[in-house]
Amino acid sequence: MFSDEQLMIEEAARRFSRDVLAPGAAARERAAAIEPAVIEGLAQIGLLGVTVSPEYDGVGADYVSYALALMAIAEGDGAVSTMVSVHNAPFCAILERYGSEEQKQRVLRPAARGEFIGAFALTESHAGSDASALRTRARRGGKGWIVDGSKQFITSGRICGQVVVFAVTDPTNPKRGISAFLVPSDTPGFNVAKLEHKTGQKASDTASLSFDAMELPNEALIGAEGEGYRIALSSLEAGRIGIAAQSVGMAQSALDYAIRYATERQSFGKRLLDHQAVSFRLVDAKTRVEAARQLVLSAARLKDAGQPCLEQACMAKLFASETAEAVCSAAIQTLGGYGYVEDYPVERIWRDARVCQIYEGTSDIQKIIIGRSLAAAA
Amino acid sequence: MDFALTDDQRAFQDAARSFARGELAPHAAHWDEASEFPIDTIRRAGDIGFCGIYTPESAGGLGLNRVEASIILEELAAGCTSTAAYISIHNMVSWIVANWGQPAVTEVWAQALASGQKLGSYCLTEPGAGSDAASLKTRAEKRGERYYLSGSKMFISGAGATDLLVVMARTGDNSAKGISAFAVPADAPGIQYGKLEHKMGWNCQPTRMITFDAVEVPEVNRLGAEGEGFRIAMKALDGGRINIAACSIGTAQAALDRTAAYLNTRKQFGQELAQFQALQFRIADMLTELVAARQMVRLAAWKLDTQSPDATTYCAMAKRYATDVGFEVCNQALQLHGGYGYIREYPLERHVRDSRVHQILEGTNEIMRVIVARAALKEGATEDLR
Repeated sequence: MFSDEQLMIEEAARRFSRDVLAPGAAARERAAAIEPAVIEGLAQIGLLGVTVSPEYDGVGADYVSYALALMAIAEGDGAVSTMVSVHNAPFCAILERYGSEEQKQRVLRPAARGEFIGAFALTESHAGSDASALRTRARRGGKGWIVDGSKQFITSGRICGQVVVFAVTDPTNPKRGISAFLVPSDTPGFNVAKLEHKTGQKASDTASLSFDAMELPNEALIGAEGEGYRIALSSLEAGRIGIAAQSVGMAQSALDYAIRYATERQSFGKRLLDHQAVSFRLVDAKTRVEAARQLVLSAARLKDAGQPCLEQACMAKLFASETAEAVCSAAIQTLGGYGYVEDYPVERIWRDARVCQIYEGTSDIQKIIIGRSLAAAA
Repeated sequence: MDFALTDDQRAFQDAARSFARGELAPHAAHWDEASEFPIDTIRRAGDIGFCGIYTPESAGGLGLNRVEASIILEELAAGCTSTAAYISIHNMVSWIVANWGQPAVTEVWAQALASGQKLGSYCLTEPGAGSDAASLKTRAEKRGERYYLSGSKMFISGAGATDLLVVMARTGDNSAKGISAFAVPADAPGIQYGKLEHKMGWNCQPTRMITFDAVEVPEVNRLGAEGEGFRIAMKALDGGRINIAACSIGTAQAALDRTAAYLNTRKQFGQELAQFQALQFRIADMLTELVAARQMVRLAAWKLDTQSPDATTYCAMAKRYATDVGFEVCNQALQLHGGYGYIREYPLERHVRDSRVHQILEGTNEIMRVIVARAALKEGATEDLR
């Protein structure tokens, strides 16, 4: 089923997840931060450059390995899995595919070694699901480009070392007028305007960024001028496989906890698990998690085979994220009152998993994309 | 048959709505964030009678029926779910004390509870006895004219901030008939309050474990007869379930109101969200389910008001259905707000966190199904239950 390399990567991720991520997840949420030791640990086992070629200091593994690793990480801490997911794809994946050799040497190499965390800044306050409505503007000027505008809901916006920023370079051309820029977070004019207080995933920071006459050199442009929209779209397959894999991991972790609890807790003179309704609910949850896992792996295999897989990735993301919420909710219900309090992990996992139906394109956006392929197939 | 509210009911609805808009909604986010129990606000709700909605007038309450209580609590919950839910629990305590208290207790407590000057907590659940409440282990040992209570109670709403505890404890055998109810002053020697539980929602009311170590309770503080405690607990919960169901309806209504307005203003892909058919259908379903759930709650409340023999079954059906629908509507509302639904600047994620526990407490929705199934499977029962 899986190659030795795939299993080795999964095993390394699983060990780190079990030994480091899971035991610290609740504290990480309270601190609203991911400690540097976690980032170093992830870097050591290659999880910050999973699919990046060894030529640029990555592991050079395939997307099946990547999905397996992300599932394992998300089992330990959903918030950490989001940072890892955004860093690998879109951030590293875009640089590897569209970056110049100079950008790869200067930025992709240290990124794949995990020396800093990468971010991806597309969403704006009026352009959430509709990415073509961007207002951030880049004009020719200074030593290359002057960028003004703001971005919203940017994962790792506070802690990132570099961020891929999408800006309008030609307002007369809605799709071909967007360009992508590689921006170091210490660039003058780059500001973290606000940190969001969220339902969950609190350890992973989500920031509003503002760019105030931010001057960038010509080398900041990724790919060609006007290629930004294509670059943004190209990253969606891998990004969605990532979110789908995270969803599976979080669901698995809540399910495992609920099964253990149902095996230990007694009510009406028997184990919870021996109540048929409880058992059936957990069976349904297990079945859905397994189906979601296979959908994710199937999308990853298509991507590894170099075939188009946007529809598969969208279906995987749609199904896995909805499964994750349903399964976490079933876990809460299995624990009853204990499911609602922070001494037990399932309510946190529910809160962490809830956003999987929203970011990287809401469920409705996945349906719009999948819907287009219905017409194409007819 | 008339589904319209009476003039009086409309007046109570308006009063509750304006209290919710003026005194609850503006502060709900802060209370949630700061885990602040708004006792002064609850007392002001008491000033207009909302701390003894269905407590008899003779005991200082408004003496309204359960349909009216559901109308009021629904409006309060639209302002702050967690505060309204605590008020609903307090109402249950006020009603128990007024109905089953011996004169020595009602003289001191009934008026004070119904007016909200004193607050109550309801203590049934234990660490090892949640859904299976009749297996509770807290003991009330009788010596002379006093009982001595020992044991622990779990997830007690208001614990540490309230004045009177209604406690179910075992005075006899291990069956449900071996349980009695007691009114215990919250500061009685031997009572200890555990750590504050950190919860997903319901953050503006403290939840704690309470332990009782040989707490001395005079015989006159027993509520009802010895062995009657479980029956009192369950009877109170019939009403409690309607209350919580109403709190879900009110919360969902607030989420729905905001979502309809959002769909009409937010634009994506060059048009208002309201122009997308999938979203139109979703809000249509949300509204339909919510109206159905509200009517179900009022039907169950009417069954309780008319002392119908199948009231317990209807209360269980209404609680199960309304709390599921309430959560689902809030959750869809969150989803329709996209990223804004997930952050604390908007109230949607609070509505979701607050309403989630309604599927768990006052009897989990699994226990509601146990109750309904038991009734449904009696021979010929489904001809009457309709």
